[in-house]
Amino acid sequence: MTNVRIWLAQNYAPILAGLVFAAMFATYATKGSAGWQVAVLDTAANKAVALALISMAQTLVIITRGVDLSAGMIFIMTNCIASALVTGTPGDVALGICGVLLAGALAGLCNGLLVVFGRLPSIIVTLATGSIYSGIALAIRPTPGGSIDEDLADFLTSHLFGAIPTSLVLLLAVVLLVWVPFRMSVVGRHCYAAGSAESAAYMSGVSVSRAKLVAYTLSGLLSGIAGLFVTFVTYSGDAGATIGGAYTLNSIAAVVIGGTSLYGGAGGAIGSIFGAFTLRTIDDLLLAFGLPPLWQPLFQGIVLLGAVSLGAVRIFRLRNRMEVFQ
Amino acid sequence: MSMTPIDTNARRIRELSQAPFLQLSGISKRYGGVTALNSVNFACRRGAVHAVLGENGAGKSTLIKIITGVVRPDDGHMLLDGQAVSFATPADAMRNGIVGIFQELSLIPDLSVEANICLTSPPGQLGFINFAAQRRFAKNLLDRVGCGDIHPGELVRNLSLSRKQMVEIAKALGRRARLIVLDEATSALTGEDVKKVYSLIERLRNEGVAILYISHRMHEIAHLADECSVFRNGQNVATFANGEHTDSEIVRMMIGRDFKHVFPEKPVRTKAPRPALEIEHLSWADRIKDVSLSVDAGEIVGLGGLDGQGQRELFLALFGVLRGVTGTVRVNGASVTVSSPRKAKSKAVGIALVPEDRKTEGLILPMTVRDNMSLASIGRYVQRLMIDRASENAEIGRQVERMSIKAANTDVVVGTLSGGNQQKVLIGKWLMTGARILLLNDPTRGIDVGTKQEIYALMRKLADEGTAILFYSTDYDELIGCCDRVAIFYDGAVRRELDGDNIVEHNIVAASLALDAAAHSDEGKAAK
Repeated sequence: MTNVRIWLAQNYAPILAGLVFAAMFATYATKGSAGWQVAVLDTAANKAVALALISMAQTLVIITRGVDLSAGMIFIMTNCIASALVTGTPGDVALGICGVLLAGALAGLCNGLLVVFGRLPSIIVTLATGSIYSGIALAIRPTPGGSIDEDLADFLTSHLFGAIPTSLVLLLAVVLLVWVPFRMSVVGRHCYAAGSAESAAYMSGVSVSRAKLVAYTLSGLLSGIAGLFVTFVTYSGDAGATIGGAYTLNSIAAVVIGGTSLYGGAGGAIGSIFGAFTLRTIDDLLLAFGLPPLWQPLFQGIVLLGAVSLGAVRIFRLRNRMEVFQ
Repeated sequence: MSMTPIDTNARRIRELSQAPFLQLSGISKRYGGVTALNSVNFACRRGAVHAVLGENGAGKSTLIKIITGVVRPDDGHMLLDGQAVSFATPADAMRNGIVGIFQELSLIPDLSVEANICLTSPPGQLGFINFAAQRRFAKNLLDRVGCGDIHPGELVRNLSLSRKQMVEIAKALGRRARLIVLDEATSALTGEDVKKVYSLIERLRNEGVAILYISHRMHEIAHLADECSVFRNGQNVATFANGEHTDSEIVRMMIGRDFKHVFPEKPVRTKAPRPALEIEHLSWADRIKDVSLSVDAGEIVGLGGLDGQGQRELFLALFGVLRGVTGTVRVNGASVTVSSPRKAKSKAVGIALVPEDRKTEGLILPMTVRDNMSLASIGRYVQRLMIDRASENAEIGRQVERMSIKAANTDVVVGTLSGGNQQKVLIGKWLMTGARILLLNDPTRGIDVGTKQEIYALMRKLADEGTAILFYSTDYDELIGCCDRVAIFYDGAVRRELDGDNIVEHNIVAASLALDAAAHSDEGKAAK
């Protein structure tokens, strides 16, 4: 019983985010003219999975008490790389995928090295490196274009067993192959420790540097997976910096909606995925209700404020005002 | 205070291992122009508790930081079990079986108790954690330190300070330490938890662990130590067997002053009492239960009892931090409602609180002495929308002189001062508000003997000037030495009020444990 109480107390945020998403999606599916159609589901999933992957990337950095302003830029950079490399014979395609993921991980590692060894604040490091990655993307694709293996793209962006969007299966695979091992590993715990109380972690003999490097590198890898995936959706590469910026900010919003603390040390990627899904469902919902898309940022803002306010509700219940500051 | 006879088993281990386990020779460390350690020789053995004494700034902290790998010495050699060693990081020291339990807790607030206990090397394989094994491991260690009631899955942030310290100790135990450094490990504990730590230390000593014990509490050292080393000005001035020197001799080695005059004389109270602060039927949540207490102008009233019996909450309630407090508070006879610290420090109320944790709640460490001191009273120095630096500086200068704060000037950053001087800055900050009611929450915690003495004298001087002081301390000697009256808290209520000759250790201990009047004398003896 105590175990259940403690588990709920520590996981209420992602559960809540999941419930909010479920409610919104159910409304959309019943109200929308399209209804429960496989094609609608595929499109919705494809749009949501890219943001979900970047939000997972963002989560890893935020857990270590950083913030990654370059997540969206790594995403467009790897998108452009993918549009150039992932084509040709099956061997070329496999090699190209490896190259894309490597580029993402490398970009994350660079961020990590600068933050850890330069002792620089992550916000400014990633602002700078983000510009660089965006520049690299432009160098590869001055104008939108390129191509990707279309068979693979069609497979990954449609559905399996008649109704399950392949992109969701892909997301699940990423969760199982990247997030779950991370959460169960020693280095994952050390990332949480470094984010919650860096000096205490150091004094406990934790290698804070290594933990952060792993977090940033995995984060880059996840942004790279997102970049690769979006290429399968669009069949091309686009170095538009505004897309990167929007994805970065939306990923931070998704992380917060999912209940991860911006102060580091608490939260997780599952909540962020639901956060991303929630954000993406907003425009679908607006469409279903026949409201102009202009309303989209407005509603996103309201949902974000709502999510942050939920975390603040406890302040009204606090009977010791000092706890506000903890 | 007498020395505890050394357990025969421990003596056997000591005889078996006469060679020192850890030996430091010629260790020096400088920070900028300041020499923290000057060619120090130091040794400790397995199966022995070695107490390290000294004022703040004597070099104790630097010594243990070098031993635990937090800082590297500029000079000198370190031998561990006969092998030359040099530690670059705390992790290095831990691999060699050296574990520190520090004053500043090394716990991660957002992780669970079990995750903290198994932080560096949890059970498991290939870098993955075996959660079931981790829980068993943590549960076992919590039982060993006598804290089986702490749930291993609970987040550390939800535990009280005392419980956190016990988790910290459990965490250190889990590392199979050969040398444990306890730095003021009991300063956050009282009563039950201190006893648990004592028996644990004795058990570890019997198991052959070398223990370095840093404490400012003389009775603890007299009770626990086998050997003592006294540090002064970065040097190890003497190492001797416990009991070889009396307390006052040891204190003289530390500071060159006599221990007798630690506490100022208590004045004989003749005038009719004029209550400055009256508390009636105060209650809050389930932590404060119908507390009634009054403090006269010029009186020091102590709050005693075990840790966490509502003393801190009483202070927070009086200072306007708690919401939903019921009951009446009167200042100089007038009923007041204190809804925030801002209201508390206002002229109409005039209550000041020196909080428990000076580093986070009391001071803004990266700011200067000046900015900290005038923070609470800055409004007084505003003229035509601007701060009048001249009058601000003049008042700060008066406080610095009155408290004899040792800082090069008021523009130095508070975080660079010693703990004692930081505490003086904090008290000075509140005196500058002109408050006539002072709430002191364990103001001498982790402070050296010399500064403690100055703070006792200051408290008495303020009282003589008409200030009413409520003083919470976890140290019985302080309550006995400083207070005109002592209210013992138990489970959120005042269990007993002591005054005059009734303020003696066995009365305090008995009331703290909520024992009946009949059992007082027996328990008093047992506690001694």
